[in-house]
Amino acid sequence: MGVKLLLEKASVPGIRSYDVYRREGGYAAVEKALKEMSIEAIVEEVKKSGLRGRGGAGFPAGMKWSFIAKPEGVPRHLVCNADESEPGTFKDRYLMEFLPHLLIEGLIISSFALGSNDTYIYIRGEYAWVATILEEAILEATKNGWLGKNILGTGFDCMIHVHRGAGAYICGEETALIESLEGKRGNPRIKPPFPAIQGLWMRPTVVNNVETLAAIVPIIKMGGEEYAKIGVGRSTGTKLISACGNINKPGVYEIDMTISVEDFIYSDEYCGGIANGKKLKACIPGGSSVPILPANLLLKTAKGETRYMNYESLSDGGFATGSMMGSGGFIVLDEDQCIVKNTLTLARFYRHESCGQCSPCREGTGWMEKILQKIESGKGEMSDIDLLWDIQIKIEGNTICPLGDAAAWPVAAAIRHFRDEFEWHINHKELAQTSNFGLQHYADPIHVPA
Amino acid sequence: MSEQILFKVTVDNITIEVPAGTTILQAARQIGGTVAPPAMCYYSKLKGSGGKCRTCLVEVSKGSEKDPRPMPKLVASCRTTVMDGMEVKNITSEKVIDARAGVVEFLLLNHPLDCPICDQAGECHLQDLSFEHGASNTRYEFQRRTFKKHDLGKHIQLHMTRCILCYRCVFTADELTNKRVHGILDRGDHAEIATHIEKSLDNEFIGNVIDVCPVGALTDKTFRFKNRVWFLKPMDAHRECPICSGRVTLWNRGDEVFRVTARKDEWGEIEDTPQGKPGWICNTCRFDKKQSSDWVIEGPRAISRQSVISQGHYAGKVGTHIPNETFSAINEGRAPHLLMDIHNESEVNQTNIHLSENEGPSNGSTFNQNINNA
Repeated sequence: MGVKLLLEKASVPGIRSYDVYRREGGYAAVEKALKEMSIEAIVEEVKKSGLRGRGGAGFPAGMKWSFIAKPEGVPRHLVCNADESEPGTFKDRYLMEFLPHLLIEGLIISSFALGSNDTYIYIRGEYAWVATILEEAILEATKNGWLGKNILGTGFDCMIHVHRGAGAYICGEETALIESLEGKRGNPRIKPPFPAIQGLWMRPTVVNNVETLAAIVPIIKMGGEEYAKIGVGRSTGTKLISACGNINKPGVYEIDMTISVEDFIYSDEYCGGIANGKKLKACIPGGSSVPILPANLLLKTAKGETRYMNYESLSDGGFATGSMMGSGGFIVLDEDQCIVKNTLTLARFYRHESCGQCSPCREGTGWMEKILQKIESGKGEMSDIDLLWDIQIKIEGNTICPLGDAAAWPVAAAIRHFRDEFEWHINHKELAQTSNFGLQHYADPIHVPA
Repeated sequence: MSEQILFKVTVDNITIEVPAGTTILQAARQIGGTVAPPAMCYYSKLKGSGGKCRTCLVEVSKGSEKDPRPMPKLVASCRTTVMDGMEVKNITSEKVIDARAGVVEFLLLNHPLDCPICDQAGECHLQDLSFEHGASNTRYEFQRRTFKKHDLGKHIQLHMTRCILCYRCVFTADELTNKRVHGILDRGDHAEIATHIEKSLDNEFIGNVIDVCPVGALTDKTFRFKNRVWFLKPMDAHRECPICSGRVTLWNRGDEVFRVTARKDEWGEIEDTPQGKPGWICNTCRFDKKQSSDWVIEGPRAISRQSVISQGHYAGKVGTHIPNETFSAINEGRAPHLLMDIHNESEVNQTNIHLSENEGPSNGSTFNQNINNA
């Protein structure tokens, strides 16, 4: 049984309401932080904890906080990124739906540390009912004096506002989120300046993921050093993984990052093995934009070591033989799944969600989708595979925001590891319409183009 | 006034000193020539423009004197400011050439390539860009995207299929009008320039979007299908205009004024007035004053290096060069083919005429005189 910090109380009946949450020891961290700790001490604890951003990039949260500019007389803002739109990721929804007060608690402490009097939760429009839950929780917290003017008599004012997005993946990118929050078209800004210098309304802003902010609560409760003892290496603390796909027990799991990928998939405590007695074919370990890994590279690294569920181990081998922790959307594919079709689905998503601002992403994502559609519908040619490879190279790294990279990586990884499945689709056009490539090659799939 | 801080920046091994806060692109433009990266969306006169088309990507091989690490990715030179001691590779970097070829391919992917019927042909930045940096064929084999047609009113014609979504016209409207009525609708590859819902653009300064459009997406309805730009002779002219600077370029054939545009510099941008303000012109000057008698003509216009108009018929002006070879020399004495014949019929295509040496609008008789003198 792993350590549980965030979801410890998730199964307590009625934990969504303020009374039960408070009875279970809630808001103790706010009392500790606001009454006993200085702003510097809180930031120091977060730094010591080694907490890394849970939104996908894994940037150390304490360092992000320390970058915020503090010009005299200019308000600062904290924005909670709840625009969780990555296919396969639903951990933040779970957290907000069942433990809204945990997020609010984390937000109050973080707002205090960053000096934000107006804190925003930017929630995706599709989470309509979750937004209502959050609003009710904020109301309860305000009534009980945890939000509003002069919180706990410390002189610190803070209000949390819930802002609903209109359904755009791109608004999960922090500068696009800020633009959208300002009421503009959700186009990512060109960096620099970074949000820490000029963010919301050109004021210094920190944008953090829901899980990152919720993790502030256990860090304050137990202290940064204790928190850092959980986990391994630079992957400290616990991480929520939203497991889905062909597994027996899909759901949100809290892991302490010392567990191996094999245990995570096959143990009864977590995913409970592959559904219907099938075999594991591949897995996208960190949400749709990270590279897909075939089964053998997923369970063992290229060097033959066991792969663990943490930032370093999952990215071991770079993109050639590794992947990324990403946002923790763990998508498992069994032997019946078609990689071409899967890649097409992802490419279609990115084409639909590209903001259309910069040319490589706008044109490239549509082109990749069309080629994949062509291969999938049995009209592909061998040259199309190389063309796809070339397009993704031209997109990656040449765009304004990481959406271009996120669109290029899944296609690149699919070709890198499953090139023979693509070739099979092209060589057996009619067969590919009715049957599946299956597991034919998963023992030695590694083809690493230079 | 305090002394300006100067930063030393090296672009393609050419070092130049520029004030702090200058972008890499502006520094490279000061050096000039092929060192300047192409820019499709950046427009120095428009606040907020740039960074979108990605044609100006450059490699920063040395960040600065203090922090000599190279930048990990190619950067958009139009939005990246220089640091002291920065070293930039533009055409000397294979990565840049590669990425730029990719961007050109992406830009042309859904472009209709209807240059033969496009009014922008001849002064189109996308034509120049694809000529200089693109491939001669396409790998795209799918249907190009189309859009529902929108009418933008009596002055401006929108061809959305040609648009490269540079956002310049959006920023122009933000800058010059108090209420922008057009903008980008939708997202991704179906994003389009449109008004919501079906309004006409009738601000007095909105005509300037035609001048800033790098492609033929926004063109002048009063000039539509009237003539090809390379058959016209651009003349600098001005008039007393109560609302704008009144400094324009007339595009003449004989005494007939075919169209009026603002004056553009060698980068295709609006020239500044002597007062140092951008020389935007009003709709009245642009669309209504189509008589030579409306204008005080100053003389032939210096033609930008970017323009095919400059080829062969202008001497001694900005960035022009006249090829030494003549058609007959290239053809080894053979008579020109059909295409050449058509062009020879045109009085403006006589190779021994330099339009810029002829002060004033040119018509058939001046050409004949010129030929007789020669």
